[in-house]
Amino acid sequence: MAMSVARFWRKIPQRYNLVGTTCTRCGQCFFPPRSFCPDCRRAGNIVDYRFSGKGTVVTHTVIRTASEQFEQMTPYVLAIVKLDEGPRITAQLVCAPDEVRIGMRVRPVFRKIAADGKSGVIYYGTKYAPAE
Amino acid sequence: MVGIITYGVYIPRYRIKVEEITRVWGANANDITGGLGVFSKSVPDLDEDTATIAVEAARNALARRDIDPGDIGAVYVGSESHPYAVKPTACTVGEAICATPFMTAADYEFACKAGTAAIQTCMGLATSGMIRFGLAIGSDVAQGAPSDALEYTAAAGGAAYVIGMDDPIALIHRTCSFTTDTPDFWRREGQDYPRHGGRFTGEPGYFRHIEGAVRLLFEQTGKCPKDYTYAVFHQPNAKFPQRVAKVLGFLPEQIRPGLVVPELGNTYSGSSMIGLAATLDVAKPGDRIFVASFGSGAGSDAFDIEVTDAIESGSFRRDAAPLVGQLLANPIYIDYARYARHKGKIVMQK
Ligand SMILES: [Zn+2]
Repeated sequence: MAMSVARFWRKIPQRYNLVGTTCTRCGQCFFPPRSFCPDCRRAGNIVDYRFSGKGTVVTHTVIRTASEQFEQMTPYVLAIVKLDEGPRITAQLVCAPDEVRIGMRVRPVFRKIAADGKSGVIYYGTKYAPAE
Repeated sequence: MVGIITYGVYIPRYRIKVEEITRVWGANANDITGGLGVFSKSVPDLDEDTATIAVEAARNALARRDIDPGDIGAVYVGSESHPYAVKPTACTVGEAICATPFMTAADYEFACKAGTAAIQTCMGLATSGMIRFGLAIGSDVAQGAPSDALEYTAAAGGAAYVIGMDDPIALIHRTCSFTTDTPDFWRREGQDYPRHGGRFTGEPGYFRHIEGAVRLLFEQTGKCPKDYTYAVFHQPNAKFPQRVAKVLGFLPEQIRPGLVVPELGNTYSGSSMIGLAATLDVAKPGDRIFVASFGSGAGSDAFDIEVTDAIESGSFRRDAAPLVGQLLANPIYIDYARYARHKGKIVMQK
């Protein structure tokens, strides 16, 4: 699957720098960003928020057979990371399959996510590395 | 006065031992490691390239000092392995450190000295008042063709320097360069691997240009080797910097902290800049550091640097980012097959 260049470009702040949103009324943080607070609804006030990126591994799996775009990376660790500000995200961990464990602290790292063949765009973004 | 505001380094975790490379090509391990003084080299992860290394180095630099990334008015990335032939690595770095959009940016290419050329550019822009801070990076995932002599040393890593006038941790008193048209190493457009002039590369390339730049700087400043606490020279292997240091009158102790090539390999644009970072990692206020880079093609940039009190002040946190010694510690050693996969040397069926 080739991601559209425009779609990737629009998400650069969120992919490179974990820019999500927060509701200034109730303090909830959203990643991926939401433009509407589900609790405060119309009374909510949504602004951009840059996440620290620090978080904890909630659960993980090892991907050994991946889609064409990621097959060069196998085997790799895919984890659900709970960011310190609350949201959970699914992301790749840059460590060996036997290094990961539930509860492990992680930090964001800047990596190549995928490339559109030999001549297309290279997609960069955030993965996670052990922070201990 | 203009100088280094902060600095940061990034080195991938993976290493291959030179001995493992000699095993594949049937070369004598002792001859090669003895001749080069290099025992291992860094290897990028599957998803690391010059841009990701540059970003990590830049973020490590910014972790050490509170600088508003919006005050960075210029980003220059020097490399001989930019991920794109056309599309600047510097824009990706600028975006990833939130310095965009009010900045100028460009990629530099000058073999192993593109990063120090970026430092010189930032010095000029900061001194003239065109920018407040400039970010100069040297980053490479160097390529050596299979079985070529360069394969034993071509490594991956990078260093980032923020240059400016506001309370530098190290003043750059002066810089000068020595440049000629010398075909000692090159890579033509569309070629995967560089070529070099073999034995020709040493004397007319590395030694002539570094000695030329160093002697010119000494002439301009009236300084001599004993005026310096430390010295850093470009390190394509461990022999060349040791030899040029001796020829110029520097002592082994002066180059020791910055001589990172035996474990790291040659990180090309990162080489002398990581050597300088390793030296700054141990430097104290008042220490004087001499730096001379070298880039094939060919040229050398020399720098006269003096560490200030700011390096030990509260505004600079050296331990907020990994020291070079920490980045070199606890590597993951891989065999040649895994190395070939990481470097994209295995031809895949499409
Ligand atoms: Zn709310």
